[in-house]
Amino acid sequence: MKRSLENIEEQFETFQILNEEGKIVNEDAMPELSDEDLKEIMYRMVYTRILDQRSIALNRQGRLGFYAPTAGQEASQLGTQFALEKEDFILPGYRDVPQLIWHGLPLYQAFLFSRGHYHGNQMPEGVNAFSPQIIIGAQYTQAAGVALGMKKRDKKAVAITYTGDGGTSQGDFYEGINFAGAYQAPAIFVVQNNQFAISVPVEQQTAAKTLAQKAVAAGIEGIQVDGMDILAVYAATKDARERAVNGEGPTLIETLTYRYGPHTMAGDDPTRYRTEDMDSEWEKKDPIVRFRKFLEEKGLWTEEEENEVIEKAKEEIKAAIKKTDEQPKQKVSDLISNMYEELPAHLQEQMEEYKAKESK
Amino acid sequence: MAQMTMIQAITDALRVELKNDENVLVYGEDVGQNGGVFRATEGLQDEFGEDRVFDTPLAESGIAGISIGLATQGFRPVPEIQFFGFVYEAMDAINGQMARLRYRSGNTVSMPVTIRSPFGGGVHTPELHADSLEGLITQQPGMKVVIPSGPYDAKGLLIQSIRDNDPVVFLEHMKLYRSFREEVPEDDYTIDLGKANVVREGNDVTLVAYGAMVHSALKAAEDLEKDGIDAEVIDLRTVMPVDFDTIIESVEKTNRMVMVQEAQRQAGIASYVVSNVQERAILHLEAPILTVAAPDTVYAFTQAEEVWLPNYNDIIEKVNKVINF
Ligand SMILES: Cc1ncc(C[n+]2csc(CCOP(=O)(O)OP(=O)(O)O)c2C)c(N)n1
Ligand SMILES: [Mg+2]
Repeated sequence: MKRSLENIEEQFETFQILNEEGKIVNEDAMPELSDEDLKEIMYRMVYTRILDQRSIALNRQGRLGFYAPTAGQEASQLGTQFALEKEDFILPGYRDVPQLIWHGLPLYQAFLFSRGHYHGNQMPEGVNAFSPQIIIGAQYTQAAGVALGMKKRDKKAVAITYTGDGGTSQGDFYEGINFAGAYQAPAIFVVQNNQFAISVPVEQQTAAKTLAQKAVAAGIEGIQVDGMDILAVYAATKDARERAVNGEGPTLIETLTYRYGPHTMAGDDPTRYRTEDMDSEWEKKDPIVRFRKFLEEKGLWTEEEENEVIEKAKEEIKAAIKKTDEQPKQKVSDLISNMYEELPAHLQEQMEEYKAKESK
Repeated sequence: MAQMTMIQAITDALRVELKNDENVLVYGEDVGQNGGVFRATEGLQDEFGEDRVFDTPLAESGIAGISIGLATQGFRPVPEIQFFGFVYEAMDAINGQMARLRYRSGNTVSMPVTIRSPFGGGVHTPELHADSLEGLITQQPGMKVVIPSGPYDAKGLLIQSIRDNDPVVFLEHMKLYRSFREEVPEDDYTIDLGKANVVREGNDVTLVAYGAMVHSALKAAEDLEKDGIDAEVIDLRTVMPVDFDTIIESVEKTNRMVMVQEAQRQAGIASYVVSNVQERAILHLEAPILTVAAPDTVYAFTQAEEVWLPNYNDIIEKVNKVINF
């Protein structure tokens, strides 16, 4: 009798191109990227790290609301997004604001989302995305639907969606990958395995040795990638995208990564569930550090350049916060008018009631 | 007696029942070492072991579904849904399955499950964390729904819920978790399900409320007293089943009623309560029963939350209307 779990880890060996020392270890898999592309990738990672630091500080000052820190996950987030085209549709989770920003969501709107203002959820014309999903897993079935629609419209585009290691336990996760597989729809399912779902370690989440192997049951491609290596993440996503638009079906990408910060800024205390040793083990794998080494070696990056990015990011964030502050205050009557295309009578009545109160 | 916050009283109730009955199991997302995102289960895994207090995979449908299965093995499950907005994920397991098992088994199977869950507005959570979704559960025959308004009630009601042999959804308003302390006995005591509590006596108008709105109603009553209006305030404690006897007795005395809920007007339990009261007491009423509720939108985005939520001024306004009718 052959046992199905024998050697399963071999089949889902971690895909890596750039190691922790910033050395290319898998030359054959090196994606085609110009020097300019490489610099752009570095620019985005450094910028996003600063955005995370500033967002945390702004949250502590009470100037931002809900925020899920992103530091550590830049390669997973930005590497997948960099492989996309404008017409691709993103269905993010709550931690995936950076992908939206690089897909075209203005910073001040990201801040409005954080503050709980509906304008933060209004995607600008041409930004193909939903605002971040709060319900773990819900985006997975929706992504299968977006992809199916794209297929029916003969679009050369993909739906890409994100969840975490915890998210792979939800029914919606399995339904989403299965539907997309059944229809051979052009979807990319990204699982950012940052080792914890709030406090629950991935080993307690599932008996599966890898999360990528969950693709097998759905009959779709699955790959586990070093999620701290932006070249590997980019290459895997690019490949998945190509196959998807060629009608070869969906892919599940598991990226091995780590969130350095707390789960969100609402009182999570990581010292309750992980050790300093574990933190520092993962910090050694940092996506920016290794990519910087790689670029410096190639003569493509200097300290001055990095400082310029940092300054630019800080300035743009400052300007965006100013713009956020200047937005009109959200009123209950706004919320009422956003309920239906045509307001039913009972809501019209409530609208008048609130407008009267608001004008006092 | 000790001074406890509501969250402490809840932890205490869980501890009492974990001690009293070895069949009690406590589980959910992050309830183990982390002690729950609100620390409701703080220290319980250390005290009772991983066999009795444990983390689950991230799946509400699974959490509710295994509760049905565990109950068949003689356990008394006390699962947590991390925030009640996530209950949509578990709706089939709860309303479609758990609620109906006694009935569909011809009264041969009991489901002694108590699903605890935080909910409620005013604490600036993201979407689907604060919604008042009690109405979804009360609309399902077979379920009981308990919503305490403070520490003392929370402990007594939670212990009683756990001991109840029918499924109970026990909703904990987040704003009440740490907002005040009360004297709470350290040993075990119970408060009957389905019994309302007259928290303030009065002769002119009956305010019926539950959860955090009990406090808004009490605050309104204090203000109304200055205007010479003497309001009686009833805390339902259990919103399914509803204690109509206590409400009717009060309305027969005051002849006026205002129903208060945090849920939207079309949601919650206000319509159910009001329709029953008018059927039983119409001849005692001097004015229509008015309802204070949130507007019929999806739960407000954080920035408009404070205005959107019903407050004591809304209650005063409605009371003045029924008094001057
Ligand atoms: C349906 C649902 N259940 C529970 C939660 C509460 N919650 C928010 S994030 C989270 C952990 C998610 O972990 P993971 O999927 O690994 O993503 P990560 O936060 O690590 O990026 C939980 C339990 C939720 N938002 N939605
Ligand atoms: Mg995670």
